[in-house]
Amino acid sequence: MRTFLRRQRYLIDYSLSALARRPGKHLGLLLVYTLIVFLLASVLLFTQSLRREAALVLAESPEVILQRLVAGRHDLMPLEYLDRIGRIRGVRETYGRLWGYFYDPAARANYTLMVPRGLDIPPGEIRIGFGIARARGLDVGDYLSLRSARGEPFSFRISALLSHETELVSSDLMLLAEPDFRRFFAIPEDRVTDFVLAVSNPREVRKVAEKLSLALPDTRPILREEILRTYDALFGWRQGLVLVLLAGAVLAFVIFAWDRASGLSGEERREIGILKSLGWETGDVLRMKFWEGAILSLTAFFLGYLLAYLQVFHLSAFLFDPVLKGWAVLYPDFRPVPYVDGLQVATLFFFTVFPYTVATIVPIWRAAVTDPDAVMR
Amino acid sequence: MIQLRAVKKVFNQGRSNELWAVRGVTLDLEPNLVTVLMGPSGSGKTTLLSMIGALSRPTSGRISLDGELLSGLPERFMTGVRRSTFGFVFQRFNLIRGLSVLENLMLPAYPLAPDYEGLRRRALGLLAQFGMERKAADKVEWLSGGEAQRAAICRALINEPRILIADEPTANLDSALSRELVGLIGDLVDLGKTVLVSSHDPIVVESSRVSRVVEMRDGLLAGEPPC
Repeated sequence: MRTFLRRQRYLIDYSLSALARRPGKHLGLLLVYTLIVFLLASVLLFTQSLRREAALVLAESPEVILQRLVAGRHDLMPLEYLDRIGRIRGVRETYGRLWGYFYDPAARANYTLMVPRGLDIPPGEIRIGFGIARARGLDVGDYLSLRSARGEPFSFRISALLSHETELVSSDLMLLAEPDFRRFFAIPEDRVTDFVLAVSNPREVRKVAEKLSLALPDTRPILREEILRTYDALFGWRQGLVLVLLAGAVLAFVIFAWDRASGLSGEERREIGILKSLGWETGDVLRMKFWEGAILSLTAFFLGYLLAYLQVFHLSAFLFDPVLKGWAVLYPDFRPVPYVDGLQVATLFFFTVFPYTVATIVPIWRAAVTDPDAVMR
Repeated sequence: MIQLRAVKKVFNQGRSNELWAVRGVTLDLEPNLVTVLMGPSGSGKTTLLSMIGALSRPTSGRISLDGELLSGLPERFMTGVRRSTFGFVFQRFNLIRGLSVLENLMLPAYPLAPDYEGLRRRALGLLAQFGMERKAADKVEWLSGGEAQRAAICRALINEPRILIADEPTANLDSALSRELVGLIGDLVDLGKTVLVSSHDPIVVESSRVSRVVEMRDGLLAGEPPC
């Protein structure tokens, strides 16, 4: 065992010197390799982090949302439907929500307006997300003037800014009092935007949804798990889009790596011949070249992954911002919470390090089986 | 004792460029002597040396070392024999550029994985023996022809082989360095080594340190018919 380890140390030592002896070739390869790992790892780390963030935020959202449909479109929900729902077994509580969208021509952005539950906001005051604050240059104590859909002017005093931690979903959010909301959108007192049902047992959610559909045929229940799935699909789709765009770069790298790594120069072939004539076996040459490839690809992998980690979690993923998270006009200033998925690392490792190592071994094997007397001829 | 029996070697067999480099050589080579294979270019000296040194196999015939058949061994065992029994000094030295003299010297020992400090001491000892100790850290491309030759001899001796094979060792040396080399070869015989040299250089062939000269021509020993 000691001899085996010592032999590997000798081979690694030789591999390192071989890498250092051809700096041009190997630095170029290392650079491109690192860049590819960096790009792929950035996309994977960022989408994974977004998914996780969205899941954490949505974990607090209600189990069932009930919306009324008219001609297939979302319509306001009459409060009397609360009585028609009556008591459904398993439903802990039911209440109506008021929320809507507003396009602000001054910021050329859409805001999400909402009446918060359990948070008492005095009429005339609002709380806004950081996206709105940035877009309009506002701070606590300032006034935000908006013109309603009917053309009436409204002026709200900003009492607070919403927490940075939820900025991914609260960037364009504006919380206001119920009377202000109803006046701003001209919504009658007996109407709400939708209903929310809290269900204690998650396994009863589907049954509750079924009962709701039967009791109120002109409504549609939306389950939390469906929202989560939609977010998942959305991020998955965006990730796929970026990966497709990157596929060209990956392919270029594969061709480059194959050319660089497999195209042994005359000098390298001669070197292999010398080593064999000095008593190295074909296996020794293959092991030495394996270490050479492994050192190069592992260095590129760790460098690329580290740079991606720094880019995503410390520089707010500035490279992929527009594609991966901007579903609103107001881009959230979002700093993802560091999170590394072991399986994802393993997958990336397999798809970058493994093909390179295999691709280089075959041509090296062909050179390594040449007769050792070639150097004498 | 190295014995060759009806040894033949053909390159590119069956193709239009087929070449019979050795056409049937039967020869006994005694230990602890300097034997020179002499002959013009293309006479088969280098090919014969590479077969004796287990670098290649004969197409037919047998080569044995101390009664043990070499030519029939599988590659792995042949490599083992080559590593432990033979040391090679090539015509173009074949030192690996970019590595230091010391690193070049230690290369043949890497697959055997000896203790590093012991190996380093042995390499430095050899360099001192050949007056090269101050060149240990130098890159081999900085060496003069004579220094490179001596470094190549040191490398050939690192695994303490019994037999040293030198292919045209004076081809890239001037007369003075060639004489010096012949002296070094003679010293090795004094240390109990067997030395096989291929050369057509009169400085080597006519040296008093050479015990036997075997002349080759057209893949055969001079004056012998093909077998």
